Amino acid sequence: MNRSKLVLKLSLLSDPKLLCVVRAAVGEMSARVGFSETEVRSIVLAIDEALANVIRHGYKGSVDRPIEVSFSRREIKRGGEIREALQIQIVDRGVPIDPERMVGRKLDDIRPGGLGLHFIRETMDSVVFRHIRGRNYLRLIKSLTPDQPSETAACDLE
Amino acid sequence: MQATTRRLAKISIIDISGDIDLASSPLLRAILLKELKESKPSRLALNLGAVRYIDSSGIASLIEGLKAARDAKIRYVLFSLNNTVRDVMQLSKLTKVFEIVDNEEQATAE
Repeated sequence: MNRSKLVLKLSLLSDPKLLCVVRAAVGEMSARVGFSETEVRSIVLAIDEALANVIRHGYKGSVDRPIEVSFSRREIKRGGEIREALQIQIVDRGVPIDPERMVGRKLDDIRPGGLGLHFIRETMDSVVFRHIRGRNYLRLIKSLTPDQPSETAACDLE
Repeated sequence: MQATTRRLAKISIIDISGDIDLASSPLLRAILLKELKESKPSRLALNLGAVRYIDSSGIASLIEGLKAARDAKIRYVLFSLNNTVRDVMQLSKLTKVFEIVDNEEQATAE
């Protein structure tokens, strides 16, 4: 159940100008795995928001700090059945995360900021923050719905 | 991201294209606030039809523009939202907060 298979790993600097590169990779990866167009947009948004949080809050805007993003395929149990899923892990060495404070703001509070976490939680099936030995780990899991067979024709990721 | 400003009588229209993200949202915020402050239009209409991507920092810039417009009693209208922008607006439950219309004709109508 917990076996995961790494399919892509990106190492990048904490420069906001690189986010568009990651978005392109995440979009392509998610489509290849078999997510719908709408889900791909949501996944891209969630990963982009997570990285933006690392840059803004973890690294306080520094543009030359390391971030690693890895994508794995795995199976998860959901609703009593086994489903295929995409797992994304983001690792940084920024300010330690306090998981207790990782909550999005209320949406009826109309003000700039605080929406990123809401987007992440709305999109992903699982969102787990950890801080271990000087590194922040954010693990996100998104499962495929049963009627979405993985696409393997153009670029087989099996 | 690119933004071009046009003026029709007392209405300012800003055509925005490309990605509005952490890298570009500060520029969008500056453009919106400058137009509201310096041109003092009766209405500011934002054409989002060519926006390829928007994240929460982009939404935050739009909200800052909305607040500044309200303070200055300037009407603030968004138009030509594509699916990408509309998804993010709906996800953030902001479709009722902004005045959103389908096209430029509606955005500039009396």
